Amino acid sequence: MAESKKEQINNPYMPFPARIEDIIVETEDGNLKTFRLMLERPEDRENWSHVPGQFAMLSLAGRGEIPIGIASSPTEKDGLLFTVNKAGVVTGALHSMEVGASVGVRGPLGNGFPVDSELKGKNIVIIAGGFAFTTLRATLLYMLANRRDYGRITVIYGARTPGMLLYRKELEEWQKRDDVEMHVTIDRETQGWTGLVGFVPTVAGQVAPSPENAVALICGPPVMIKFTMPPLEKIGWTDEQVYLSLENRMKCGIGICGHCNCGPVYVCKDGPVFTRAEVMKLPVEF
Amino acid sequence: MKVYKISREGLDKWIKHWTESYDVFGPVEKNENGMTDWAEVKGLDEISTAPGTTKQPIKTFYLPQPETLFTFTSRGGEPDSDVLKETLDEGRPRVLFGVRPCDARSVTLNGLAYEEDPYYMANVERTLLVGVSCREQCGTCFCRWVGGSPFGTEGLDILLIETEQNFVAEALTDRGVSLVEAGGGAREASGEDLAMVESMRQEAEQAMSAMPDTAETLRSKDLMSMYNADFWGGLSESCINCGACTFLCPTCYCFDIQDEVVRKKGRRIRYWDSCMFPLFTQHASGHNPRGQKVQRVRNRFMHKLKYFPDRFGPVSCVGCGRCIRECPVNIDIREVLRDLLGVE
Amino acid sequence: MESSSSKITDEIRAEASRLLSSGEVAAFLGFVPGSLPMTVRPFVARSSEDAARLVWNSFCVMNLANYLPEVLKSVEPPRGPGDPEPEGPLPRVGVLATGCWSRNMVVQIQENRIQRDRVVILGISSRGMVDRKKVLARLGGREALKVEEQDHSLLVSGRAFNEEIPRWEVVRDNCRSCVHPDPVIWDIMIGERAGDRQNANRFAQVEEIESLAPEERWAWFQEEISSCIRCYACRNACPLCYCPTCFVDDSRPQWVGKSIEPVDTAIFHILRAYHCAGRCTDCGACESACPMGIRMRLFTKKLEKDVLEMYGAEAGMDPETPLPLSTFSPDDPQDFIVTGQESPKSTGDEAGRSGEVSQS
Repeated sequence: MAESKKEQINNPYMPFPARIEDIIVETEDGNLKTFRLMLERPEDRENWSHVPGQFAMLSLAGRGEIPIGIASSPTEKDGLLFTVNKAGVVTGALHSMEVGASVGVRGPLGNGFPVDSELKGKNIVIIAGGFAFTTLRATLLYMLANRRDYGRITVIYGARTPGMLLYRKELEEWQKRDDVEMHVTIDRETQGWTGLVGFVPTVAGQVAPSPENAVALICGPPVMIKFTMPPLEKIGWTDEQVYLSLENRMKCGIGICGHCNCGPVYVCKDGPVFTRAEVMKLPVEF
Repeated sequence: MKVYKISREGLDKWIKHWTESYDVFGPVEKNENGMTDWAEVKGLDEISTAPGTTKQPIKTFYLPQPETLFTFTSRGGEPDSDVLKETLDEGRPRVLFGVRPCDARSVTLNGLAYEEDPYYMANVERTLLVGVSCREQCGTCFCRWVGGSPFGTEGLDILLIETEQNFVAEALTDRGVSLVEAGGGAREASGEDLAMVESMRQEAEQAMSAMPDTAETLRSKDLMSMYNADFWGGLSESCINCGACTFLCPTCYCFDIQDEVVRKKGRRIRYWDSCMFPLFTQHASGHNPRGQKVQRVRNRFMHKLKYFPDRFGPVSCVGCGRCIRECPVNIDIREVLRDLLGVE
Repeated sequence: MESSSSKITDEIRAEASRLLSSGEVAAFLGFVPGSLPMTVRPFVARSSEDAARLVWNSFCVMNLANYLPEVLKSVEPPRGPGDPEPEGPLPRVGVLATGCWSRNMVVQIQENRIQRDRVVILGISSRGMVDRKKVLARLGGREALKVEEQDHSLLVSGRAFNEEIPRWEVVRDNCRSCVHPDPVIWDIMIGERAGDRQNANRFAQVEEIESLAPEERWAWFQEEISSCIRCYACRNACPLCYCPTCFVDDSRPQWVGKSIEPVDTAIFHILRAYHCAGRCTDCGACESACPMGIRMRLFTKKLEKDVLEMYGAEAGMDPETPLPLSTFSPDDPQDFIVTGQESPKSTGDEAGRSGEVSQS
């Protein structure tokens, strides 16, 4: 019995039971909601430890699992945040759930950003588009909580409209701080919007700091990443300084099932975070 | 390793004794076309002596199609509703009798990828492999190109070698020794027997075309030059993009996970999936990293011949030849290997 | 003596080479020898050197119509999603066609999968293709290392055996019951046309199953598909199966389980067969492709029989005749819809035949 108990704990396919503590509708179209989840068992909460940039499988019995980036920083102690785009069977079901409902969380999975190694002591530029800001929110909060470990922090974040921006309250709070430089932009002029207007690549070209002793963390749609690189390269940024997060289809999350391979790497296990230099050496299968 | 000698009748008794504590499976002639497949057996006479491999590889015992990972009762408001219950298979241990060395090797190779997988490892734990060496090679056999041997022992608990009158049984693991003991009636092999087996081994190996150092050579090759080789296009033009090669391959181990609910009984299963299928990589958005057939065909071979060796060492292929034999359009992995290695 | 296959091979090579070097076609779809006895590989020749490798024999079991749309696309100038249609005629593709394949091409034309003026068809009257599985069954586990084809026999040799097998005995079931060996559309005929074959009863296999009691029939069906591994070789070898997302792959909604539960496998085979009703030419590619030896063409053959009896129609015989299930006529038989019971016609009752081809 003791033996099988041990195996149970080690089963990497077994999600931790969790409860939805809070649901925040993030965007005006209602397609993005942030779920605050609390692991049910104290020992799971105790043992849980993640790095910004990691993801987890959210599990709904009868629907399946879906990989979602962890939007909360390990420094936040009030549960785990997942910002979920309503796209498929599992996310659709999740969106119809209410506070108090049970879900499963399997993770943390993947590598995450090297916040405690390569990124330490560096000037940080966070560039995000649309709803890919989630794990970068985790990263930003982690850095703000360990503010002395990092140099200048610049955030460039864009969405189609003001109503499509995630974490709007927090964006306002960060804008008030003097230890982080915020550039929040929307695609087109909109009534009532007094902030920046323009696509993320354009804004990045205008406000990105010098590449000296700096790294950029970029998450967003492939087209945004593609057009963000040239303006950065123009001012001397190299691929080694740029971190990206890939989003291949994943099933097991532990590098076995084969779905997420991009050439020789498993995005779920070796990634999802890679430097652009690493990505450029891979077949274009992402 | 302990080496024994056992008669044909003795082997039959082994099987009969084993059935007391194990489910014993062997290759039996199942269908009309001369192919054998795995089925439960009670004695030696049920087991086919045909050369070559069974229709299906033994991965069906390690990666059952499908395998239940968890069970649950679906949304009904009961307190236990939707709670996943682990179902690690604790069924009877089993003996696979008459496993070819290539198939046995696949268990070890797949195990490299499945090291952290409790389900796979539980199946490894409860499955004992009694192999039989190959006296005859089929036209599709190429184990000696990929690090195997017709007398290979990797993954096996016992290797049987048929001699003129008897069998020599090499008990390769503790489990193998206890199987021999449970079977009873075996004598220790003589020096003469050992010498004979050794000469048979050499003869069988020499009779096969060999390609030494395949894995080393492939590992030393540049990934992108292999990826960009110009033969992939022509190769994929013949391919109909089915999953016959991957499903019948002993070392293709990809899977998908899905929940199934019938009435209120739910289970989370994993089932075979194939990188040959377009949906394998398709995102919910419709974006597909390997949307073209040529990308999928290339991925199957690159995974076996480059990605896997780079990560784990050996080639993810045991040279059983099933994919060659069963491909409806005769795509032949040996040609791909030759092309990649630049040999004739 | 030169066999008829090798004569056809020579003619194919000459014609394909001429078509390719004159630029009449940009690619030519045929077969090259496979690496094992009794195998060939579908192949796209793009030069006269390629054409010299083409081969014709009794093992050309894959239906080339299945490849045609993809090859046609491959010779078109590349263009993005928003780009305009290129000006002028698009490059053409040459292809081999026997009776059934040409009928599939007719269906493809009717379903707008291919354009007639973009294909150059080399017609061949089929003598029937050999079922490799039948040969292997006769050898009972002995391996064929060499198979030489003669007009009426196969010379099979292996380790310590030589065997001559009468060819017709190992010809595929679909070919043995074929009545239309000649192409219905073609541009260049290779060899002679043979004319329709007077077959005693092309539905004999189906009738045998029809004569079983319903529960026996169901048991037969379940046993037949029990070894299915859901590799979809049958579906993918079929020129009729081209849905962008097959119903078995659909996830929203998911129609069928993905594993090999008997009910899921049954749904796959039943729906696949019904989807082919009135369109299938019994080319047998599905069965030839199946690694597990499932005789799934008996399912489609049953539907071929029903469609012939109910609508008097055979797929792809005439480009001008609409596909029977794509058109409607007020006197179409529909008692099977009304009663939900088995149609009396499926027992072969002649009185129930509408006898007319439906016209829209």
